[in-house]
Amino acid sequence: MRDLGLRFVRHNLFWPTLALVLLLLLNLTKTPDFFSLRLQDGHLYGSLIDILRNSAPTLLIALGMTLVIATRGIDLSVGAVAAISGAVACTYMAGSPDESTAGRAVIGMTMAVAVAVLLGVWNGFLVSVLGIQPIIATLVLMTAGRGLAMLITDGQITTVNNSLFAKVSTGFVLGLPIAILIALAVFAITAVLTRRTALGMLIEAVGINPEASRLAGVRARTITWTVYVFVAFCAGIAGLMIASNTSAADANAAGLFIELDAILAVVIGGTSLAGGRFSLTGTLIGAMFIQTLATTIPTMGIPAETNYLFKAVVVIVVCLLQSPKARAVLSVRRSSPLLTKGSAA
Amino acid sequence: MFKKLITVSAGVVLASGLAACGSSSDSGSGGSGGSGDITMGFAQVGAESGWRTANTKSIQASAKDAGIKLKFSDAQQKQENQIKAIRSYIQQKVDVIAFSPVVETGWDTVLQEAKRAKIPVILTDRAVDSSDKSLYKTFLGSDFVLEGNKAGQWVVDNAATNDVNKDGKINVVEIQGTTGAAPAIDRKKGFEDKIKADSKIKIVASQTGDFTRDGGKKTMEAFLKSQKDIDVVFAHNDDEGLGAIEAIEAAGKKPGVDIKIVTIDAVKDGMTALSEGKINYIVECNPLLGPQLMDLAKKVVAGEDVPARVETKEGEFDQAQAKAALPSRQY
Repeated sequence: MRDLGLRFVRHNLFWPTLALVLLLLLNLTKTPDFFSLRLQDGHLYGSLIDILRNSAPTLLIALGMTLVIATRGIDLSVGAVAAISGAVACTYMAGSPDESTAGRAVIGMTMAVAVAVLLGVWNGFLVSVLGIQPIIATLVLMTAGRGLAMLITDGQITTVNNSLFAKVSTGFVLGLPIAILIALAVFAITAVLTRRTALGMLIEAVGINPEASRLAGVRARTITWTVYVFVAFCAGIAGLMIASNTSAADANAAGLFIELDAILAVVIGGTSLAGGRFSLTGTLIGAMFIQTLATTIPTMGIPAETNYLFKAVVVIVVCLLQSPKARAVLSVRRSSPLLTKGSAA
Repeated sequence: MFKKLITVSAGVVLASGLAACGSSSDSGSGGSGGSGDITMGFAQVGAESGWRTANTKSIQASAKDAGIKLKFSDAQQKQENQIKAIRSYIQQKVDVIAFSPVVETGWDTVLQEAKRAKIPVILTDRAVDSSDKSLYKTFLGSDFVLEGNKAGQWVVDNAATNDVNKDGKINVVEIQGTTGAAPAIDRKKGFEDKIKADSKIKIVASQTGDFTRDGGKKTMEAFLKSQKDIDVVFAHNDDEGLGAIEAIEAAGKKPGVDIKIVTIDAVKDGMTALSEGKINYIVECNPLLGPQLMDLAKKVVAGEDVPARVETKEGEFDQAQAKAALPSRQY
């Protein structure tokens, strides 16, 4: 029994999961019915649903980011790509004479995702073909991309009136938010593709040593290129969700700093920034953790001036718990009383 | 540090010397203005929002009406571009320079150059942080504290209807602007000062919404779950208020009826929501300061005294007024 408990504690995802649960419980102290759900207009309504719905964009981008980081890369441009995607979709719809029809929404969204994929091809080209360091290659689009989005929207907040488009983020199917269902579908597909085929292992191989894996017959360049396209695809959909949430494209603010949230989600989930190892489930927990943290701040009534500090302290604690050294110290401290207890029994 | 000291002291010496000779030759520089042909150089921040675009259009249109020749530049939110534009206006020897400083500091050198060239400077919309007040003639812009005052006063004046659930308490949730931004600090202060008058009114929760719709929506979603009896939402700008409306609707409540909403700005989307009854009151933050600016420019060029601080004319709107004003709303 103790062995099972120990194995549980030593599992990679134990600490992030514990942090997530503790954070959720913290909300109960201020809002006793934090976990309560009720039916509202035929769908579930409550804080937990908010967390699920609002975590969808971060989760999507973090999924793509997990694979990029597994190849020892990083993509800083995802926020800008998301902004461009929202800008393309909204500008297209607002500019057409029949902006509220379903057809326009479908064309607009397809165009937006296509543009995002194209930007991913550009990033992947810079990294895998020209061999530019990922942080620099994607920094180009991070800064230039937001300008591009501003250019598309003419620097204005473009409001659209389209019920199908609004459903991407605010709609519900079977009582659950469509946004999180999309994100979870992408999660499931990615998990099957990487863990039920050799793809995941190949990505890890490229992350450990691209040259060695190339010599071993792995198409390192194609794999690297593909993950950048994939993360841009995810960012494109996330951008649609962000724009859909308020039915408006805000080129200045949409997806601002989401790249940092996504990287944080990946790291909290136990994927190493050094590449070569990744955990999609960890990323899922990490993304939930980050959104729970964001929801906790206004729920707990933490003053606006200190909310970054609060966020920083929580994240530092979780990262410390994740570090092998800190864990080793903790487990030594804890295992001694545990052992005496065990022998007494 | 030492270098900085030298620069500053040199600047002070230069400034005092210039001020002395400046006063004697003021009438000389106004020569071109006297002939009725004034040229103004305007360095705009950029085109980051609908508010700013309206600001630009107002300045361009009113310059035309006032017969002032306008040289206009867009700095794309960069201070270096604005400084470059101001320098080029100095070289072109315009009669008056006006600009909306993108940040508060770092203007002393270029304003010193303008002063040396005896070109008066007018600040619009945003202030600069400089110890030397002689570097510019006047500052034309909104009073953010007053805007907060007006919003607070409305909550006090309509206390009877604002107590939606009739429990004798008016619970206000505040969605602040970007933490640390001047409008957010001042509007919060102005609002708090006014609601002190009525002990029934209390801010039960306050959190930033970053001046965006998305931020306003997420903050309001959390407020709706953590606060039981919300009577009034005070949002620091229209966009946050629009986000809050969506959150309230998703909770199955009617914005403007079940929960009252008061915001600041009066941009077109906000005014539309106000006229539809989803917002209850909007305090205007007026971007249309063109006519006032041209007035000031003429006075400054003619050498007349102008007050160091001029406030823009701003109104406030309730639902009926919004319906009337909406068709002619430019932004």
